[in-house]
Amino acid sequence: MADLNQTDDDDHRPHGSLYRVAGGLTITRAATTQREIDALPDPLTIDLGEIDRMDTVGAWIVYRTVRDRGAKVINASRDEVSLLKQVGEFDKPTRVVPDEPHNFLTGLRELGEWVAETGRTLVGLLGFFGATLIGFANVIRKPSRRFRVNAVIQRFDVVGVRALGIIGLMSFLIGIVIAQQGSVQLAQFGAEVYTINLIGRITVRELGTLMTAIMVAGRSGSAFAAQLGTMKITEEIDAMRTIGVSPIEALVLPRIIAAVIMMPLLAFWAMLTALIGGGIFVWLDLAIPPLTYIQRLNETIPLTDMWVGIIKAPVFGFIIALAGCFQGMLVQGNSEEVGTRTTTAVVQSIFLVIVLDSVFAVFFSSIGWV
Amino acid sequence: MTEIPKKLDPSTAPEGCHPIITVRNLRNAFGDQVIHNDLDLTVCRGEILGVVGGSGTGKSVLLRSIIGLQTPESGQIEVLGENMVNRTEDEAKNIRRRWGILFQNGALFSTLTVAENVEVPIREYFPFIKPPLLDEIASYKIAMGGLPADAGPKYPSELSGGMVKRAGLARALALDPELLFLDEPTAGLDPIAAAAFDQLILGLQKRLDLTVFLITHDLDTLHSICDRIAVLADQRVIAVGTIPELLALDHPWIQEYFNGPRGRAAAASYEHEVVA
Repeated sequence: MADLNQTDDDDHRPHGSLYRVAGGLTITRAATTQREIDALPDPLTIDLGEIDRMDTVGAWIVYRTVRDRGAKVINASRDEVSLLKQVGEFDKPTRVVPDEPHNFLTGLRELGEWVAETGRTLVGLLGFFGATLIGFANVIRKPSRRFRVNAVIQRFDVVGVRALGIIGLMSFLIGIVIAQQGSVQLAQFGAEVYTINLIGRITVRELGTLMTAIMVAGRSGSAFAAQLGTMKITEEIDAMRTIGVSPIEALVLPRIIAAVIMMPLLAFWAMLTALIGGGIFVWLDLAIPPLTYIQRLNETIPLTDMWVGIIKAPVFGFIIALAGCFQGMLVQGNSEEVGTRTTTAVVQSIFLVIVLDSVFAVFFSSIGWV
Repeated sequence: MTEIPKKLDPSTAPEGCHPIITVRNLRNAFGDQVIHNDLDLTVCRGEILGVVGGSGTGKSVLLRSIIGLQTPESGQIEVLGENMVNRTEDEAKNIRRRWGILFQNGALFSTLTVAENVEVPIREYFPFIKPPLLDEIASYKIAMGGLPADAGPKYPSELSGGMVKRAGLARALALDPELLFLDEPTAGLDPIAAAAFDQLILGLQKRLDLTVFLITHDLDTLHSICDRIAVLADQRVIAVGTIPELLALDHPWIQEYFNGPRGRAAAASYEHEVVA
């Protein structure tokens, strides 16, 4: 220890505890170093004589020990002294996350904000609905200039044609499941033949349209929200507005028109495939030949059942497209918002579809379409 | 074809150079479109190397190849003495903690605050460093990046373009890298902010003994902070050298670039001799 601090006669020997590191004082051993320093009592002296490498994190640990505990540093080389000075220059404490006090009042405030936000969303949805209607009116007034045929046709393809496969397969399987479950239960009364009534009425009246709506919400409603949301973030929608293209006319209307027109067609397709699935099951399992199956369907399904299914479809399509586009247009800020808005769009549209479906059920029963 | 003097030939390292990045015979192609063919480049320890080239000459692809985001069709890339081509993920990790990268648009994680962004690499590699030490390290890195203290708890969407770049730089500096990659750091900044950013990079480079690989279009940056400049054209690096050295070459693109109206204006303010 003969060479310690020869320039400073008062403190020629370290007093109190001594911390001496050898090798590298770097981020690699930052946690250990800090723990070791914390374990030593005051007054503390840090001996840098034996280190061969120090990075800014090592320097910061030394610096904060000097700052907070008045430790003394000895045997620092010129480079190390200048590094210590440099990190000291950047000693500007900052918070890591915004302040968020938690207490009863913040709970109340959050509740209030939620209510206000929900209210705003509802008003916004109403406003969006209005803007869509105005857009429709404009298109109808000048269809030759405002109606974007290509965009609409393209949406037909994406929303309708490309969904045929998955919706067909899904409905086909649902038809089989209903037939299988129905036949097992009805067999207990020896009434297997009524499986056909079950398949026919439930798929045509309810499930065809409902399952299609759920699939379209998951497939197209989410896509609408994500597409418009991404365009919002990349400022494409702002660019459109400044050029003078109305985003409602160019983006929202084609999607809504496509969903409204495609939904009944897809629902009809779903009914057909479900009936085919059920028919194949009863043919193989109950030995009812297809011709008898079709004849029996013809006798048991009233035409009003099909109207019930088909009339609901465009309404569901409208709800799905509106919720998807509305949530997409609400996106602002970061990419995470696209995800949450897309989720909200799907959840909202499926929920609204089911609520409306029950309203329709009551309505159609009360007008005598039972 | 312009004759390239040996000194400026990208396949030879200058005297006294300790190579930190070595690229040899690199070939990159997307389908039929060849981006790089037979590209050589050496970056020496402790220098600021500027990479210039027209749009579409593959500056960013070169950067992505070097940092391992793009697998080249053929060729060798060595960074910090380690081969970068066909590495396993584990091997690559050791290299990744020794470099910092500032992407062109900052590429900050949008769901984290600036301070949390800076903490990400530290948490990833050194999970034993806990708050308050972790937060203090993030704080001074943020100050080092030239951001005010109140920027720490802000989210990237609340920052201006210049602040995003500074926050990205603070994150790139989080692990005390030896090597810093900057992709157009001054693009989109106003001239005052761009000049300040140049000085910030220069200051940090001197302080922390960094090697900087810098892609830029900013002639002022090239004049004020770059030690050497690599010119990308004809699918390869045609020459590496200082601006006067490059200007001595008779290459049309180099002449156009540095002796065009903007090049002359920038040169005039840095009192370089412009060889017409």
